[in-house]
Amino acid sequence: MSRATAIDLCYLVAIAAFILALKGLASPRRARLGNIIGAAGMVVAIGATFAQPNLAHLWMIIVAMIIGLVIAVPAARLVKMTAIPQMVAVFNGVGGGAAALVSIAEFISPAYRGAATYKVVEVLFGVLVGSVSFSGSAIAFAKLQELMTGRPITYPGQQALNAVVAACVVGLAGAVIATSSAPILWVLLIAALVLGVIFVLPIGGADVPVLISLLNSFTGLAVAASGFTLDNNLLIVAGTLVGASGILLTRMMSQAMGRSLPNILFSAFGSVVSASGGTEGPEGRSVRSGTPEDIGVLLAYARKVVIIPGYGLAVAQAQHAARELADTLMARGVEVFYAIHPVAGRMPGHMNVLLAEANVPYDELKEMDEANPQLPTTDVALVVGANDTVNPAAKSTPGSPIYGMPIINADQAAHIVFLKRSMRPGFAGIDNELLYDPKTVMLFGDAKDTLQKLVTAVNDA
Amino acid sequence: MGGGILQYVTVFVLAVFVGIEVISKVPSILHTPLMSGSNAIHGVILVGAILILGHTNTVPEEVLGFLAVVLATLNVVGGFVVTDRMLEMFKGKPGDRAQTPRADGEPGGRT
Repeated sequence: MSRATAIDLCYLVAIAAFILALKGLASPRRARLGNIIGAAGMVVAIGATFAQPNLAHLWMIIVAMIIGLVIAVPAARLVKMTAIPQMVAVFNGVGGGAAALVSIAEFISPAYRGAATYKVVEVLFGVLVGSVSFSGSAIAFAKLQELMTGRPITYPGQQALNAVVAACVVGLAGAVIATSSAPILWVLLIAALVLGVIFVLPIGGADVPVLISLLNSFTGLAVAASGFTLDNNLLIVAGTLVGASGILLTRMMSQAMGRSLPNILFSAFGSVVSASGGTEGPEGRSVRSGTPEDIGVLLAYARKVVIIPGYGLAVAQAQHAARELADTLMARGVEVFYAIHPVAGRMPGHMNVLLAEANVPYDELKEMDEANPQLPTTDVALVVGANDTVNPAAKSTPGSPIYGMPIINADQAAHIVFLKRSMRPGFAGIDNELLYDPKTVMLFGDAKDTLQKLVTAVNDA
Repeated sequence: MGGGILQYVTVFVLAVFVGIEVISKVPSILHTPLMSGSNAIHGVILVGAILILGHTNTVPEEVLGFLAVVLATLNVVGGFVVTDRMLEMFKGKPGDRAQTPRADGEPGGRT
């Protein structure tokens, strides 16, 4: 067997491993195994690549990989679980950047002179999609990391500017095809980076994770394009797998929020909201606010308590305090479970990860569909740092931007307790009727702090 | 168009179908890990980056290739490590046989 055949066989093994990895990751029982299979496939693929004949610059490759390793491992190990979404954005962005660089490097190599038109198109696609993914992910990171406002950014003439930049990109792409000019490709790279930024700016709030999933899919396609450029089946298949499954995943994520993908991408969510959601503003309506002691008694003598966690619980690192409160209540014979909205936290599934970190047993976590039938018989719904996911406007107000999103029916519980830092609206930026409900009591303050006070109060009750 | 490109296009089209088929039903609890895991898989661009850097002989290409290898390594390593950390959370406690999260949309699964 020739060396080239052996390498190709290794690549085939890697391809099979990636398919198994994706299949595993989609099933709860085999998710971790799937990830390990994927990593093993990656090791095989990279190992085989080192066996390529005439591989020069070996030390440079190794140094570059060590640099990447030294940065990535601590970053991935030390990042807080609450910051996972932005970490995924970073790792996705660098992948897109790498794909763009690979395409450019191939284009400027002397061997590439006079290549067929379709080869140029492959390069263009890799550069364009890779750069959009890179700069778009950078902005998504900045939004989630709160380096800039998380709200949608809109400005006059936004549509016109977007159209102009998009037209520039198309024009430059045409020019590169016509002339095969490297300088024009560099200009195109810059235009594509700008396009990525202005594409992401108007997307904000709860939509950013869906956006990251879409950019993840883009990076996959950019990798596939690089595979075409390099005549490499492994890159084509792996990139396409991620591209195709990523689009599907993005659709599933937007469906979980009850919205369509175009709506998320092009509607500048938050700005529309203030216009349409302002009809029933909070003016002149009163909010009942309670003390931890009152609520402690209420909880201690309840029969069934539902904890509805949201991102506020995550930022306050209150998952352990929430578990402590649940344990305290259960020790008194109160029935307690957690109702998890599919998009609680900042990404679908995010809240499950956070609560699992606090060793909350799985049978206490109930998904929305399982939890909702229980709420009419629930004595207290304890909403910890959540807002939009319990907002009845999603069911009752057709004009509301979250109308149609499935919610947890906290309003059906006998009492509703909101643990919130302030009256500020949630991630989606809209007012919540439920806060003004006569059944509702507010407990203002840091979620962790308040939960600890509640534990004490329950013990004293 | 040569026969080569047509072969690659065939592979591409088949991969699209496999990609869609392979994740047809994902419980929402796994959306984030799946995104992160597939994020790691497109880190395979590292192979492309190594090939570029390994077969180049001009300085600009070397610079681009070097950068590409660094970025791609970040993607691969960071992607797999973060995903593993996430999935670690789903593991049962020591001595607990059930390795699966219960709220997984598989009613009737073992508890």
